[in-house]
Amino acid sequence: MKTIKVMLNVNNEKVTLQVKPYETLLETLRERLSLTGAKESCSLGSCGACTVLVNGTPMRSCLILTPEVEGASITTIEGLKNGEKLHPLQQAFMEKGAVQCGFCTSGMILTAKALLDRNKKPEKRDIVKTMSSNICRCTGYKKIIEAVEETSKK
Amino acid sequence: MENLKVVGKKIPKLDAPLKAAGVAQYIQDIKLPGMLYGKILYSKYPHANILKIDTSKAEKLAGVKAIVIAKDMPPNFRIGFMKDNPPLKSKKVLSIRDEIAAVAATSQEIAEEALSLIEVEYEELPGIFDPLEAMKEGAPILHEEAKSNVLKLPWRLVCGDVEKAKDESAYIAEDTFSTQWVTHCCLGTSGCIAHFDMQNNLTLYSNTQIPSLAQNDFVEALNAFGLKNRRVRIIQAVIGGGFGSKLDTYAYEYIAILLALKTKKPVKIIFTREEEFFATSPRQCTITKISQGCDKEGRLTFREVEMILDNGAYTSWGATTPSVMMLPISSLYKVPNVKYTAKCVYTNNTYCQAMRGYGNPQATFAIESNLDQLAEKADIDPLEIRRINANEPGEITPQRFKITSCGMKECIEEVAKRLNWKEKRGKDKGRGVGMASLIHVGGGARVYKSDGCGTIIKMDDFGKVDVFTGASDIGQGSDTVIAQIVAEVLGIPIEDVNVINNDTEVCPWDVGVHASRTTFVAGNAALGAANRIRQQILDAASKIFEEEPSNLDIKDSIIFSTKNSEKSIPLGKVLRRIHYTTGGKMLMAEYFYDPANENFDKEFKGNLSASYAYGTHGVEVEVDKETGKVKILNYIAAHDVGKAINPLLLEGQIYGGGLQGIGYALGEKMIYKDGRLMNGNFLDYKIPTVKDVPPIQPVIVETEEKEGPFGAKGIGEPGLVPTAPAIANAIYDAIGVRIKDLPITPEKVLAAIKAKEGEKKI
Repeated sequence: MKTIKVMLNVNNEKVTLQVKPYETLLETLRERLSLTGAKESCSLGSCGACTVLVNGTPMRSCLILTPEVEGASITTIEGLKNGEKLHPLQQAFMEKGAVQCGFCTSGMILTAKALLDRNKKPEKRDIVKTMSSNICRCTGYKKIIEAVEETSKK
Repeated sequence: MENLKVVGKKIPKLDAPLKAAGVAQYIQDIKLPGMLYGKILYSKYPHANILKIDTSKAEKLAGVKAIVIAKDMPPNFRIGFMKDNPPLKSKKVLSIRDEIAAVAATSQEIAEEALSLIEVEYEELPGIFDPLEAMKEGAPILHEEAKSNVLKLPWRLVCGDVEKAKDESAYIAEDTFSTQWVTHCCLGTSGCIAHFDMQNNLTLYSNTQIPSLAQNDFVEALNAFGLKNRRVRIIQAVIGGGFGSKLDTYAYEYIAILLALKTKKPVKIIFTREEEFFATSPRQCTITKISQGCDKEGRLTFREVEMILDNGAYTSWGATTPSVMMLPISSLYKVPNVKYTAKCVYTNNTYCQAMRGYGNPQATFAIESNLDQLAEKADIDPLEIRRINANEPGEITPQRFKITSCGMKECIEEVAKRLNWKEKRGKDKGRGVGMASLIHVGGGARVYKSDGCGTIIKMDDFGKVDVFTGASDIGQGSDTVIAQIVAEVLGIPIEDVNVINNDTEVCPWDVGVHASRTTFVAGNAALGAANRIRQQILDAASKIFEEEPSNLDIKDSIIFSTKNSEKSIPLGKVLRRIHYTTGGKMLMAEYFYDPANENFDKEFKGNLSASYAYGTHGVEVEVDKETGKVKILNYIAAHDVGKAINPLLLEGQIYGGGLQGIGYALGEKMIYKDGRLMNGNFLDYKIPTVKDVPPIQPVIVETEEKEGPFGAKGIGEPGLVPTAPAIANAIYDAIGVRIKDLPITPEKVLAAIKAKEGEKKI
């Protein structure tokens, strides 16, 4: 099968890969790079569990073909820690009880990170608007909002 | 209960760091060497004869390692509560999710391509998609051997004399209510990996919520395959949500096992979201005819309920939900005379399963909506009729439930106060308030012969413990609650407690995550084992201190005398002293807790649970008369939980349950048309997002249940049980129309408003 050479910067590491022309970024991350923090849940872009940051913008990795993002910087949940230390958002999600089954958590945290990166002190309505792109079935969202609010106050 | 150091504290879920870091391993993330990928071919029609299956083209596809059809399964092998479901169908399909063939291949893509090459010839048959049609004389029979589409299940409860009570009632309200199919929508889809070792022992990587019962099911399956005396080991991956969906074993698991057996390789089957929607089992839809009566003072005199449930084409636990519906029907509020009958009916629709609440949400919707109708007839405030009839401690209900702790009155009062009931009710046109209560099992539920859970604890030389529990964690936080209980009893920090809860090879037996039983039952098992270890520690320390064990205590991993504060010694030192000596020992303890609850007798009476959970939800709504849209302005969820072992996780259960309830009440519906699901994805089946979260306030009422660990009762399911009727009652208060068919969509509200205005004009 014909493959395409793609260079990516994933979590601050340069990688060169031979991928299928129709390979999604989610598949590349999970299957080729063993970065399984991004989850496949709907494959339609409707749930947000596969969200990663592409050049800082939260995107559905299930909808992006890897060759489309040649040269891009990708941040996955695995790239958020600073050494052994969890990112403040990861810490807040944990402490506030925003994590139950955890399947949506990576996508939620990365979506929140992109928001706080572009707006350090968002209003609650900004947080609600942004986080409404992602689905969670366990928590009722309340504590997810609290976790993002808490981080933004720090 | 004072001076608790770990229990009662807001402690983050133990596995939250792994999940927040993105390194928790779900079934989707696990790969084994040489693993193959399985895919299932489903029926094209909801009801048809299978004339021919031709797999020859698919077999020739490179990368295909095995294709199985019905003849590869053991003859007459059936799964399901009434053993009516062959995992692969041979002659006839009865629903759109019927499994016809399956492939194992070296990649997902090849497996999918192979499915498209399998040719199946069908003879389509007329289907029955309405339980009322299916019950008519002359309707085609789905399961010929059953001779009727009405399942032979004896759902009938009679307490007292309903007919006499009707004659003596001052007021009677009667109506019919109906509910829809909704589905769990776990973010992690279903899946498993089946793997045989050289001796044909099976390891199944799974996300089941019933590891011990699943193990039994698969041992039975191996026997049917001719593999006698083989071991089955269930290893649970981190589970991406349960809510009842993983309470049974399913065709896909047996198919993975068959493919693994045929190929001698590990085989993984993971559902796509589309499969998760149409090929897993939803909460069943119901039609409920109910009447209730009261005397002049508003005291309930009787409750009569007749129910019809669309069971779908095969049986799973959905067919047994009437047994739990009996709980609110007989015992929500004091009602002396009760009659309940339910019929589960085979149709060519999808078959149904347990989902959070296990029938209770459907029954409570009818009871609590109808109670408001009765209150109106009797000209009593809905708050008042609930106060008058509220359950109380010490009561024995008509179904013979022994009510121990009961905070129902407190829950009702909390809701009335926080909702400002007197001010808000019946005043502002377009705005209104409503409330509804719940009773649920809160101390296990004896649905099997055992309602038990085992725990083993071993302690190392430094006072750290490994706790092996049968109780699964499906995201709700049982890992943390169990660790808190153990840490509290042993006087050690929670960081020193490691909970192992995912492997039948090392974890003791547990009946499963259901019936909101885990905190109560697994918590008591952990408590029992921890107490035994504690006793061993204190016995050993008493010799060192020359002090009675009863005068010793442990705090912060230090053993000390309560009589003489100068006598203290680090826990680890004692442990090492008793280990590293001739005839030394290391501390281990086990405990199997089985609550003192009862199976129902033949009349469905008996004390099903060792304690009962109560709660009341109150809601203020605003209804837009132009659009029919309902906006929740305020939501109070008061729950009697006995004791909050972990308020952080407890609130999570109430917020999460509450929002699922709001989805059930106001929007979620699986749309089936002639047996086919029309909205099987998150774009068309809308679950609530963060924008749908109302101002919601959990109120925790603590009644200190004597039988519960540190006084706790269950809370897993109650959060969504009274949501829909509380909202329906508030809508009625706001605009005077009653929606009796869930979900309460703007279209239905608008139509009801129009109908009411039409009545006025006439």
